[in-house]
Amino acid sequence: MQQIFNFLIRNKNNILFLFLLALAVFFTIQTHSFHKSSFISSANVVTGGIYSWANDFDKYMHLDEYNERLMEENKQLRNILTNLNDTISIENYTDTSSFDGTYYFRTARVINNNFAKPNNFLTLNQGKEAGIESEFGVITSKGVIGIIDRVNNRFSRVISILNSESRINAQLNKTNHFGSLIWNGKNPNIVQLIDVPRQAPVKEGDTIVTGGKSLIFPEGIPIGSIQDFKLDQSESYYHINVKLFNDMTNIGYVYVIENMERDEILELEQEEDEQ
Amino acid sequence: MNSSILKNIIRFVGLVFIQVLILNNINFLGYINPYLYVLFILLYPFNSNQSIFLVLAFLLGFSIDLFEDSGGIHAAACTVIAFIRPNLLRFSFGISYDHQNLRLSTTPIGARLSYIFISIIIHHFILFFLEMFSLNHIILILKKTLFSGIFSVIMIMLSLAVFSKKYR
Repeated sequence: MQQIFNFLIRNKNNILFLFLLALAVFFTIQTHSFHKSSFISSANVVTGGIYSWANDFDKYMHLDEYNERLMEENKQLRNILTNLNDTISIENYTDTSSFDGTYYFRTARVINNNFAKPNNFLTLNQGKEAGIESEFGVITSKGVIGIIDRVNNRFSRVISILNSESRINAQLNKTNHFGSLIWNGKNPNIVQLIDVPRQAPVKEGDTIVTGGKSLIFPEGIPIGSIQDFKLDQSESYYHINVKLFNDMTNIGYVYVIENMERDEILELEQEEDEQ
Repeated sequence: MNSSILKNIIRFVGLVFIQVLILNNINFLGYINPYLYVLFILLYPFNSNQSIFLVLAFLLGFSIDLFEDSGGIHAAACTVIAFIRPNLLRFSFGISYDHQNLRLSTTPIGARLSYIFISIIIHHFILFFLEMFSLNHIILILKKTLFSGIFSVIMIMLSLAVFSKKYR
């Protein structure tokens, strides 16, 4: 017994080091598993509070730019509103305010945004108190940003579209051929659309929008345009590079989308599984 | 002694804030960030209790991780360089380290540079390796280590040059 204690005391630094290292690696592995991300995130009261405080300066510096963006969006919405009678028959046009009843929009401000790492997250200044839950979609007027994954009372964390764990259902705007949107971790302006079948008429410059197969985003939210594409190794699916409409390095305010029918659909699907 | 503890607490908090609020947003050329907060580990009193030092280094990295949403990558990198710091000091400064009267501001520039550079490169390599978590991206990891490392070393040498006047 005495010897064991002596051994422990003599090697206490080595043991402490191994313990701390194991703890750090454990936390690292935990964040690499999707949807199991633990209690450590920037959406807690301390870090969220500090980010929100620091972001107040940043917000003030960019007021002009935000105003411009709002003006631009107002202009677009006004154009739609006044021309509504003429364009009502255009089918391929999608505007996010017309999903009445099914989707509910909230606004939030981005207080922390990163885009230079292989797994990026954003922090928003709204949380449970504003009605935000995990699995809600996040967009701007230009396109998709990501999906909420953790929420506390005042803050929420978003898995960015620039995250190697993120998979978003997306499709071609012209036809309904769909695939999964992933990111290879290299360029924050380019994401990859995979698993699009070979039959799809893919052309450079075509628009990619969200697909209707997910319960998170409404169908037809713009994502980006096709930059280039090639067939994958099996020669049966396209691998498409998509240039994002959003500048992911510069995001101020976002909309958080709630799908009001999500619970009902999930319930239905679970019933099917049980039978 | 008390002033030394206070100085280290201020340094700890100050460096974390500078790192997460300013330096992490630089993203020079898309991915190059300096990691100045390692300065805390480099400057921590050389003759202090190694156990406390290890725990402090872990906490330092962990606070950065909390802000960065990066799990435990900074904590792991910091713990490792804190653990091997005595060896690095002996390697860079030789006999004067064993006499326990070493002060970083009075050491020859070459030895100081080698101490800082080796620490930073080891720290950054562990950091980016854990961030990618796969050997498929080894070229990218090495590239990031080298470029961010050079940036960090420059930042640290500059900060030392600016703040060392106070000690004289």
